Amino acid sequence: MNTLLAVCIPLVGAVLIGLTGRRPNLRETVTLGTAAALALVVFALIPEVLAGARPSITLGEPFPGIRLGFLVEPLGMMFAGIASLLWIVNSVYSIGYMRGNDEKHQTRFYVCFAISIAAAMGIAFAGNLLTLFLFYEMLTIATYPLVSHKGDSETLASARVYLGILLTTSIGLFLPAIVWTYLAAGTLEFAPGGILAERVTGPAVGLLLALYVFGIGKAAVMPVHRWLPAAMVAPTPVSALLHAVAVVKAGVFTILKVIVYVFGMDYLFSTPSSAWLLYAAAFTVVAASLVALRQTNLKRLLAYSTIGQLAYVVLAAAVLKPLSEIGAAVHIVAHAFGKITLFFAAGAIYTASKKTELHQLGGIARRMPWTLAAFTIGALSMIGVPPTAGFVSKWYILAGAFQGDNYVAIFTIITSTMLNAAYFLPIVYAAWFQPETVTPKKEHGEAPWPVVAAVCTTAALTLLLFFYNEPVVRLERQIVALP
Amino acid sequence: MELIGHFHYLVFAVLLMTGFYALVAKQNLIKKLLGLSIFQSAVFLLYITMSTREGGTAPIIRPEAVDQIYANPLPQVLILTAIVVGIATMALGLAIVVRIREEYDSIEDNQIRRMDRRS
Amino acid sequence: MTLVDHLPALQVVVPLLTAPIAAVLRPRDLAWAAATAASATAFAIAIALTAAVLAGSGTGGVLRYEMGGWAAPYGIELAVDSLSALVLLLITGSSTVALLAGRRDVARTMELHRQPLFYAAWLTAVAGLAGIAVTGDAFNVFVFMEISSLATYVLIAGGQDRRALTSVFKYLIMGTVGATFYLIGVGLVYMMTGTLNFADMEARMADVPARAPVLVAAGFITVGLALKAAVFPLHVWLPNAYAYAPHAVTTFIAASSTKVALYVLLRFDFVVFQHNLPPHAEQFADFVLPLAVAGVLFGSAVALFESNLKRLLGYSSVAQIGYIVLGAGLVDAAGLSAGVLHMFNHALAKGTLFLAVVLMSQRLISFDLIHIDGIGRRMPWTMAAFALAAASLVGIPGTAGFVSKWYLLSAAFAQGALGILLAAVILVSSLMALAYLWRVLEPAYFGTPLETSGAGGEAPLGPLLVLWAAALGNVYFGLVPGLPLELAQNAAALLLGAGP
Repeated sequence: MNTLLAVCIPLVGAVLIGLTGRRPNLRETVTLGTAAALALVVFALIPEVLAGARPSITLGEPFPGIRLGFLVEPLGMMFAGIASLLWIVNSVYSIGYMRGNDEKHQTRFYVCFAISIAAAMGIAFAGNLLTLFLFYEMLTIATYPLVSHKGDSETLASARVYLGILLTTSIGLFLPAIVWTYLAAGTLEFAPGGILAERVTGPAVGLLLALYVFGIGKAAVMPVHRWLPAAMVAPTPVSALLHAVAVVKAGVFTILKVIVYVFGMDYLFSTPSSAWLLYAAAFTVVAASLVALRQTNLKRLLAYSTIGQLAYVVLAAAVLKPLSEIGAAVHIVAHAFGKITLFFAAGAIYTASKKTELHQLGGIARRMPWTLAAFTIGALSMIGVPPTAGFVSKWYILAGAFQGDNYVAIFTIITSTMLNAAYFLPIVYAAWFQPETVTPKKEHGEAPWPVVAAVCTTAALTLLLFFYNEPVVRLERQIVALP
Repeated sequence: MELIGHFHYLVFAVLLMTGFYALVAKQNLIKKLLGLSIFQSAVFLLYITMSTREGGTAPIIRPEAVDQIYANPLPQVLILTAIVVGIATMALGLAIVVRIREEYDSIEDNQIRRMDRRS
Repeated sequence: MTLVDHLPALQVVVPLLTAPIAAVLRPRDLAWAAATAASATAFAIAIALTAAVLAGSGTGGVLRYEMGGWAAPYGIELAVDSLSALVLLLITGSSTVALLAGRRDVARTMELHRQPLFYAAWLTAVAGLAGIAVTGDAFNVFVFMEISSLATYVLIAGGQDRRALTSVFKYLIMGTVGATFYLIGVGLVYMMTGTLNFADMEARMADVPARAPVLVAAGFITVGLALKAAVFPLHVWLPNAYAYAPHAVTTFIAASSTKVALYVLLRFDFVVFQHNLPPHAEQFADFVLPLAVAGVLFGSAVALFESNLKRLLGYSSVAQIGYIVLGAGLVDAAGLSAGVLHMFNHALAKGTLFLAVVLMSQRLISFDLIHIDGIGRRMPWTMAAFALAAASLVGIPGTAGFVSKWYLLSAAFAQGALGILLAAVILVSSLMALAYLWRVLEPAYFGTPLETSGAGGEAPLGPLLVLWAAALGNVYFGLVPGLPLELAQNAAALLLGAGP
């Protein structure tokens, strides 16, 4: 029942936001209230799931034998948890950002945002592939108006790339993969241990896996990553919550779910034809970092960094060892906190100073110390330096890689860590220690207070996860049936 | 013998193709309609000829002719309906041609096409 | 016999007898009211028939009715089964919504004294199409087909643009050729079997010694009906006829007339020929599958470059008809039911799209794409319904189009290597559909309106409610596809059934 509520609350919120659109204060109160209610409902589920319960609900049966319904399991619980928690923070931030920049169509923005969150909840709790696919497409379509928010021709072109790639891959590859799975397995339900073992064999496994991995374009495994930099034309709160957390995490989360609950980890491990995934992910990790090195725009750099970090999750999943699967799941959380902090900071810088390019950032820390402190924490988390969340997940991924003697993964992670450092540290150094390179048009300090508060909250969460990650790890141990 | 036995099929085929040719090749819309009419008439003949039998008469039962062979009346009735449909089609087609002439001042297909392309 | 037993006959009689009444109702809007009432009654009858068919599916699910009390095969028999019920729902449903939403458009574009005749022709078309769907007699099909076609020509010729006349002339010529082909085929079959009743025909054909005339008949009938159904490459009449017809008429015929021709095609090829011409399954598949694939790709490709919204949707129909034929061409239960299901879902989606066009026509001077710019902001609700139906046409999950695409893909995949190719065609053309609909949606929402495009805001509430009912139908049948699915699966079982 709670799962249904989790999907419905943001939808009801969207309607209310639409109705109260003429009065901004009321509208934003509704947004915050909806976000808080959603987080309450989602977090109320956690103890139950930790205790081993798997609440399930069936909404209907559109096709004979395939239901439309929800099933809560640890992975989805975690995804729903971070998305709903960060939605609150993000709403506070959005209010500061949207007002600070005098954006137009704010009601449409909040409505679409709420619908996107509803879709993310649906993905998180989906009980089978069909339900997941339904919400997956809903998320794509609901985020389109957010990406094309500005509405000028350049934005439209980018938004077209965004929608084009995501819909093309999902209809062209993901859908046939689902149909294939259904014909082979006779069911689409997510089940521990997978449903495809011995139903699809030999090279076909690798092919089906490829349909899934590239069909789930939201995971941005190269070469279907182009939509993510394109999506950066959206207002920063969208980039922060959706293109660092909800949308992209929905992608890797789906891949993780497909590997764990559709193929079955052990079955994939025993099938050589699935090995290519590791190399594809490794290539994406390194290539995305190399491209990030050459970026001059802060948000685009963050986008390529996101592509690399998402590939970490896929890489960890492809190692196919229990510890690495935990690492993959924890990395979804860790990267969410870290990257949303970075985007928030980028947005704060833009709101206060209208700066977007890297070379403009010299010495900016003296004007905006709080923002840049948070940015630094986020950057350290991306690199994986303790005491940040990024270290925890990298630890598990590496442990899993060693468990499987997987030297490709180990080598990739080390290389990419160095590359991450190479593109983040110069920014941090310049911001703190170099003199101001570009004098701002008008004097400015920090961004509006809701923005700064949001940045500091997520940065604090990034630190907190390093010290207190036990519930997350305990939750995720359940997917691989470790005590 | 074979050829003569199938004579009415030959007539049918020749008429059908004549009509079809006119339909496709003629530029004048009225001639197209005439072609259509020939095309349909061919089918009418097919139906009528298939119901005749050698020595058969009109299917009117008379008490004095017990062993009389009759032509099958059903196809003739069917084709009566089809003829009516054909007339209706012809009438509607001609009416449309009249309207086309009012609008385009021409009933030549190629000229009309040229005008359409220009607008 | 109670009134309920007469429903198959009433289905045709109600619109047919209301037509001459409507023709003499001179006062403003009275003819429209009569037509709408008759059409709504016919819709109610279709729903009742569907319920009766579904309730009786244990007994074969066929409602039989002897016209005038003459028993088949001597008398004319009406037979309503799942397939006809589905087609009847489409015909009467689309006619009713098109009438409800189209009154203003017709009143605006047509002289007052012509309107009663227009609505009379409309009802005649409904009666003819419904007649095709209910009758169990092959020659009766021809007569009803010509009744509906002649009435449809009249309806299309009522379009404002003078090109409506040239396109209707083309349609008349091609339609008549198609019907005549059908007539030749029926004649040959009659010659060999001595019957015109579908069920009887099938039974007697087994005893026919000579196969050749039957084969020729199958050829004539298939090609003739393919012409009527606008199966590629016999589709050339369709885009212009759709484009220049009055908008309400386009809604109606897009959802019904080609579907009815396909209905007869399925009935003849599967019920009559399938079991009696041993290689027929392969011949049928070899003949229609390439055409279906070519039609799907060609229609979508042309739609990508079409500059007029209504023609664009017309070419999209050519592609979508290809889907239906493709499903049928697989010649198995999965494929046939997918094809029949797509008949329903495509009619729903395309009908909704054209309904939105009807509403927009009040605010736009033409449907050239340059005039579409910014219409989404002037008419947000209309365009939102359009977008919803577009999603259904592309096959976004949660919409009706997704359900039929799912079944088409499943059916295709089950065919092995050829199936993968067909699945690829389906997917590629879905993406092309996305692209050509995007060419409408993006400027509609983000474009800047031209000064000359027309003025005015949202459509009036009444038509808007009709439009949204249709649009929500797309969502409803996407989430709860039980009804059309059951009809389609029954129909497939019936068509493939090993004889009566």
